[in-house]
Amino acid sequence: MDKLKHSLQHGLNNGGALLALALLVVFNLVFTDSFLSLQTLNVNLTQVTSIVIVGVGMTLVIATGGIDLSVGALMAIAGTLAPLVFQALPGPLGLALGIVLPILVAAACGGFNGWLVTRFNVQPIVATLVLFIAGRGVAQVLTNGNLLPFANDGFAVLGKGKLLGVPVQVLLMLAIVLVASWMLRRTVFGRFIVATGANARAAHLSGIPAARIKVAVYALCGALAGLAGLITVSINASSDANQNGLGMELDAIAATAVGGTLLAGGRAHIFGTLVGALIIQLMRYTLLAHGVPDAAAMLAKATIIVVAVWVQKK
Amino acid sequence: MPIAPAPLLSMQGISKYFAGVPALRNASLELVPGEVHALIGQNGAGKSTMVKVMTGAYNLDGPLDAGRIQFEGHGVQFKSPKQARESGISTIYQEINLVPLASVAENIFLGREPRRMGLIDWARIHREAQQAVASVGLSVDVRQPVFSLSTAAQQMVAIARAVSVDAKLVIMDESTSSLDDREVELLFGVIRQLKADGRTVVFVSHRLDELYAICDRVTVMRDGQTVHVSPMADISKLDLVTTMLGKELSAVHRSGAVRKPRTYQAPLLQAQALQAAPKLRSISLDIQAGETVGLAGLLGSGRTETMRLLFGADQPDGGTLRFNGQAVAFRAPADAIAQGIAYLSEDRKIEGIFPELSVRENMTMVLLPQLARLGIVNRAAQLRVVDRFIAQIGIKTSGPEQPIKELSGGNQQKVLLARWLALSPRLLLLDEPTRGIDVGAKADIANLVHALAAKGVGILMSASALEELVSMGDRVVVLRDGSSIAEISGEALSEQAIMSAIAEGRNILEAAAHG
Repeated sequence: MDKLKHSLQHGLNNGGALLALALLVVFNLVFTDSFLSLQTLNVNLTQVTSIVIVGVGMTLVIATGGIDLSVGALMAIAGTLAPLVFQALPGPLGLALGIVLPILVAAACGGFNGWLVTRFNVQPIVATLVLFIAGRGVAQVLTNGNLLPFANDGFAVLGKGKLLGVPVQVLLMLAIVLVASWMLRRTVFGRFIVATGANARAAHLSGIPAARIKVAVYALCGALAGLAGLITVSINASSDANQNGLGMELDAIAATAVGGTLLAGGRAHIFGTLVGALIIQLMRYTLLAHGVPDAAAMLAKATIIVVAVWVQKK
Repeated sequence: MPIAPAPLLSMQGISKYFAGVPALRNASLELVPGEVHALIGQNGAGKSTMVKVMTGAYNLDGPLDAGRIQFEGHGVQFKSPKQARESGISTIYQEINLVPLASVAENIFLGREPRRMGLIDWARIHREAQQAVASVGLSVDVRQPVFSLSTAAQQMVAIARAVSVDAKLVIMDESTSSLDDREVELLFGVIRQLKADGRTVVFVSHRLDELYAICDRVTVMRDGQTVHVSPMADISKLDLVTTMLGKELSAVHRSGAVRKPRTYQAPLLQAQALQAAPKLRSISLDIQAGETVGLAGLLGSGRTETMRLLFGADQPDGGTLRFNGQAVAFRAPADAIAQGIAYLSEDRKIEGIFPELSVRENMTMVLLPQLARLGIVNRAAQLRVVDRFIAQIGIKTSGPEQPIKELSGGNQQKVLLARWLALSPRLLLLDEPTRGIDVGAKADIANLVHALAAKGVGILMSASALEELVSMGDRVVVLRDGSSIAEISGEALSEQAIMSAIAEGRNILEAAAHG
């Protein structure tokens, strides 16, 4: 009951975003052929997972008053690393390491971001710009810039497997959203994240270890980006350091902003980010389904973001 | 003056609700042209809300809101402070509203820069800005950025800006709180000039003497209602305070301070020759359990810096600090908190509250780790703590979930005090705990401090008002230019003694030792 009330409140808080999402669904029900099918649902859910997973990490970083531009590059690093690991080391151990190691590397990169931000007081937008630029370069060097195809049934489960008819990655995404939202509301760590973003000086004087919190949050954001990178690679059955996660930082920031998280920090809505990501994905699908050229699609995407944010400001 | 001059501004039947809680209930205010009108009341009485409704910062648009506003005989409902300003209502807020990096002249002409052939007429701006600051008795170069001025000078710049826009009505919301006596006199000169020009001034202040010195009429508010309107001269100070508080004065004054005699038990905290460049040269003081020590000194003498040092918010360059008999070196506030030390900052807005968060969250932010198991907050235990303190120290709020930014200053301060009291601290550092809060909340906080001391908590408290230090402190340590120069206790403790110590800079301790 309490949970239901909470999700309702969140729904109301995100009235503007929910309205935009509803309009998009209604539009598609009327104008898009065979929109109401399991296949369409699965296609959209599959494509939205990486935005949502990265968006959750982004929301936490933004809640502390920061921002992370490096998420796309970290997706590329993790995605490139995975096949290198499990191809060099076949068997279940290789598979396990092929999943865990890239995520740990991405988390370490995120921790590096947090270290720059807290230790040297570098502005987050500048600190994460370092890996935004260098990260993808590292990934490209690992594969000499080539597309790296692979066949690994175990790894394919991540992107293509289904449990009771639901894609594994969608289940992962939902679990991450639920856990992150609960963590933000109910744990000391979550409340300290919000407090740090709401008033950094007051947080320091309240004995909140703001630096440790921030490093942890950037590391978490990195780890989630790494996971999203693995999912992308698994779907494609090949790793492409040039394309994996390209532009993802903008989608994730947009999903966060549309979802009602304060960009200045101190207020975060994980469910809002989910709604924001759904809007962005459905927008993309709608335009594609109606054969709108890519350039025009980008304009429409920008418009939706502006409108959703505007409606929310009211 | 005619018997009943047409009012310049008339607000009638004003009701304003926030989250279902009334901030104003059928309140009224009437201003006649050319008068200086005092608007007073405790924090939370509704003064600020009234001013904000008047200037369009708040709109009467809620379902329960009501009221009529007339300005110069016409019904008005300003949608924004900008609209009110364009109609001739100029407001000087308690918090200075200037652009720190812009020059004095730019600030004075912000948003209304005179132009010549489409370009900003800088010569005219500088000339007129110089006249404007001169008219409030300030002699600064108007080309220098505002942040390079002292707080008082910045306040005077804000006043110069408000006065220079040719306003018919100037609202001064606690404009004197950061000014010294000489500057207050200058400000009064400006007010008299405004009055002579036929303009109306609304003067909001907590300092009674100022009200009698400058105001013609007074409106007293209490609990969101207008409870008294009269010429200033028709009401005595005592009646004014009684009307404001709505309770008998006996509750305000503590009957005859009873000081604990100095005992020579081991001190709870002992600081010896602490220094931190550039502000602190040598701070020595000790605090015993159950003792209230006052920290006196002029602005800039190092009171805040001393407290921050004791709390680990800054680190000393030299000297020793012992707590509970152990030598300690706090690297961060968290270390001091772990030892049972609490610090209430003097700047509630910047260093205290989390504005967007609820009363519940604000109150329990420090206690949170203790309310959790495996990092998960026990919501029931949290609410028990919050409910207990809301009742115990009388916090006026619509409930634990109300955002703290909607509370009055005095109630915010009580929430912040509760944040620390919830920890059951052994030593409480209170930096100007009564600054900018009303008489009633001051009395509540004084009572709380006494109760805590009685329970064995050591307290170090600073205050600009010496009478508070004298009435509440068992001892007073006097700071001057970053050094502790005197300690006054027992029978010798009086405002006079503190002032002469500050003035003469004589180290009574040393004098006693050598004499």
